[in-house]
Amino acid sequence: MSEPTGPQPAAHAHTAPTGFIRKYVFSLDHKVIGLQYYFLALVAVFVGMFLSLFMRIHLVWPEANLPWFGHIKPEQYLTLLTMHGTIMVFFVLTTAPQSGFGNYFLPIQIGAPDMAFPTLNMLSFWTTFVSFVVMIAAFFVEGGAPLSGWTNYVTLSAIPSSGPGQGLGEDLWVISIAIFCVASLMGALNFITTTLDLRARGMSLFRMPLTCWAWFVTAMLGLLAFGVLLAGGILLLLDRNLGTSFFVPGGLNVSGNLSFPPGGLNPGGHPITHTGGSPLLWQHLFWFFGHPEVYIAILPGMGVASQLLSTFSRKPIFGYKAMVYAILAIGILGFLVWGHHMFMSGMSPYSAFAFSVMTMAIGVPSAIKTFNWLGTLWGGRIRFATPMLFAIGFVSLFVSGGLSGPFLAQPVLDIPLHDTAFVVAHFHLIMGVAAIFGIFAGTYYWFPKMFGRMMNETLGKVHFFVTLAGAYAVFMPMHYLGMAGQPRRYSQFTEVQYLLHLIPLNRFISIAAFITIAVQFVFVFNLFWSMKKGKKAEINPWEATTLEWTVPSPPPHDNFAGVTPVVNHGPYEYSVPGAPKDYVMQTDPATVTAH
Amino acid sequence: MATTFSPVAVEEPKIGGRGPTIVPPPRDGGWGGGRPDDHRDRLRRYRIGMFFALTAVVMLFVSFTSAYIVRQGVGTWSDASARYVTDWQPLTLPPILWINTIILLASSFTLAMARRTLSRKLEATSSRGALAPPSEPALIADQQRSIPWLAITLVLGAGFLIGQLLAWGQLRHLGIFVGTNPSSSFFYVLTGTHALHLLGGVLGLGYAGITSLLRKPLVTRFVVVDVTALYWHFMDFLWVYIFALLHFAR
Repeated sequence: MSEPTGPQPAAHAHTAPTGFIRKYVFSLDHKVIGLQYYFLALVAVFVGMFLSLFMRIHLVWPEANLPWFGHIKPEQYLTLLTMHGTIMVFFVLTTAPQSGFGNYFLPIQIGAPDMAFPTLNMLSFWTTFVSFVVMIAAFFVEGGAPLSGWTNYVTLSAIPSSGPGQGLGEDLWVISIAIFCVASLMGALNFITTTLDLRARGMSLFRMPLTCWAWFVTAMLGLLAFGVLLAGGILLLLDRNLGTSFFVPGGLNVSGNLSFPPGGLNPGGHPITHTGGSPLLWQHLFWFFGHPEVYIAILPGMGVASQLLSTFSRKPIFGYKAMVYAILAIGILGFLVWGHHMFMSGMSPYSAFAFSVMTMAIGVPSAIKTFNWLGTLWGGRIRFATPMLFAIGFVSLFVSGGLSGPFLAQPVLDIPLHDTAFVVAHFHLIMGVAAIFGIFAGTYYWFPKMFGRMMNETLGKVHFFVTLAGAYAVFMPMHYLGMAGQPRRYSQFTEVQYLLHLIPLNRFISIAAFITIAVQFVFVFNLFWSMKKGKKAEINPWEATTLEWTVPSPPPHDNFAGVTPVVNHGPYEYSVPGAPKDYVMQTDPATVTAH
Repeated sequence: MATTFSPVAVEEPKIGGRGPTIVPPPRDGGWGGGRPDDHRDRLRRYRIGMFFALTAVVMLFVSFTSAYIVRQGVGTWSDASARYVTDWQPLTLPPILWINTIILLASSFTLAMARRTLSRKLEATSSRGALAPPSEPALIADQQRSIPWLAITLVLGAGFLIGQLLAWGQLRHLGIFVGTNPSSSFFYVLTGTHALHLLGGVLGLGYAGITSLLRKPLVTRFVVVDVTALYWHFMDFLWVYIFALLHFAR
């Protein structure tokens, strides 16, 4: 029995839209939508980065006058950290690696002409955009942006009179996040359907590049997690505006007003009549979303790192199937550990024990991935191009940030370290900077495909080495700060006796942060300069094997110019004995490796 | 890209992966297709999408349910009685909800009939080798004879929504608002969120009705009705679940 295996011409020719609005604004093309997500994240990351800059300045020079903010008051500092965390987690780490690169490259890598539901895809981008606008609007309303942290714990977040940004600003925060949830759900089901249903002939699940596996599992996590946050957001909005008591307990004293009984009056004149709610219920709903969310941020980076380490070591990925099962295991276990964020909440020690064991169990698939990455590098003919450097940097940061995980997973260690700079160091290394390195690696790697030109290698290497050194200089010392007892979220330490000897270390961190932030402008310059002036890229400049490197750069409107590809090979066939080149494209004839 | 291909059998993927031979998406032109049974591809794709969309809806209502159970059990320390007391007061459900339930169950039946009618019509046209709207006199006569199941479903769906509005009105009349008691808060949240979702189903069916006015291909109409039916039956099941929760876990 022989099936036709050659490229099959499609029946209809595909016409691209010609008008500017249909082509670039309300486009249905997954590639344009992917870039829209990417550039939205780029804007967001600069907003978030400047907020962190202001925080670092204020921490070490509390009397400084800053542009826009002037002299930062303690509540303004809380606003800065709330918006920094929110913008970075939702609009950068969730948006760029999954919605940005995933949208652009998932269909191409599986041999599909577009996502399964192009109109839904456009809708999910524009919904995300609206969500971002609403979030930014919180800065400009009366009282300013909220100050209850990105985790938005009740009761601080539920009672408008509890702080200056907790009125309209906080409402906008909740509404923005609810909109973001809807957008992410639409995106997730599109990714899942595309992966399951639109793969080209021969692209079996175990021939998918690990990037596709990562995007697929991430979409699953998003599908299951964002509905829970949406539910929490709806209940919180009702608590805030319609006097329900899902989360708010009675007997609270807010700004001098006892909430129950019999119902005091807050400064706005509204009675506070809440009774009997459970603030912990919010924490459970939030973290049931929140923990999978950190894997939503990091899994696409793992996919990119796997792809790049194999390509630039000229070796097959070590243990492809183990990598796939490890991604799945991380995805499943990620839903069983949310309680480790709540050890301090007074939960039963038995629950804490269960969550602790589950959390340490996640170390197993994570270690499998790390060892497989090292196994891939081992004995490879490594090409140290900029994308590869960032992929190696990803592994390094993932290990450095990950190793403090088993510390924090143990209640007996988490209780003293909770809410200190140690936690800040942990999650910034593993979820923040590692994921950002995944984005950088993807950018340098796929830039030639997206824009038809190469990025500048020298600038790329400067960007890499300064950023890597900077990231470690900023976040490694924070472990010591945390162990010495420096709390997070506090706006000022310069007058606190037991922290005085840490001021020089804090200054060092701030200066390292300024340098790291400065070098990001080199990246942005490189990005935009290379679009216009970069060296012309060949179709397959990295000599990679996956399908996106078989099409022109940038790819035509329907990716394969009406010819559906046929896949005969796995995604990482490098240095195959007997093959004419040191790599075998996935679309090469099946006989190419026959002896 | 490789230039020559030897006639070696391709490993057939286990799930999906049969290639994008799919009818063009609505506005932007499409990517090939042209196989006579294209609509099966499109149907499969939309059913997969709907299945995962419903998974997200399940998670939303699972969250509400767990919040419901937790909130019901939360106690506040009372100095007066020196023990934890709950402020949860059981809510007596408006009897009209029983009528609404029957209306919604009936709508599921009529929608199933609408889908079956369309499916038969589609088979009749497909067996003649065309997917165009029915043009033969017999088919047109058949269309005129058949009961307008879709329109009946729409009326029943709207009837359910109006019934829910009446139920909320009755509670308001009794002075029971969303903030009155946690039990009433959850009543409004669960029924309101469900009603919003069902409104989406009504809009979907309305779109299916419009496709017939716009003389879109029968296939388009069938796909919309089929996928909306999946959604609708689920909303039906979800309502029974919510009603049972509100009724038994007072």
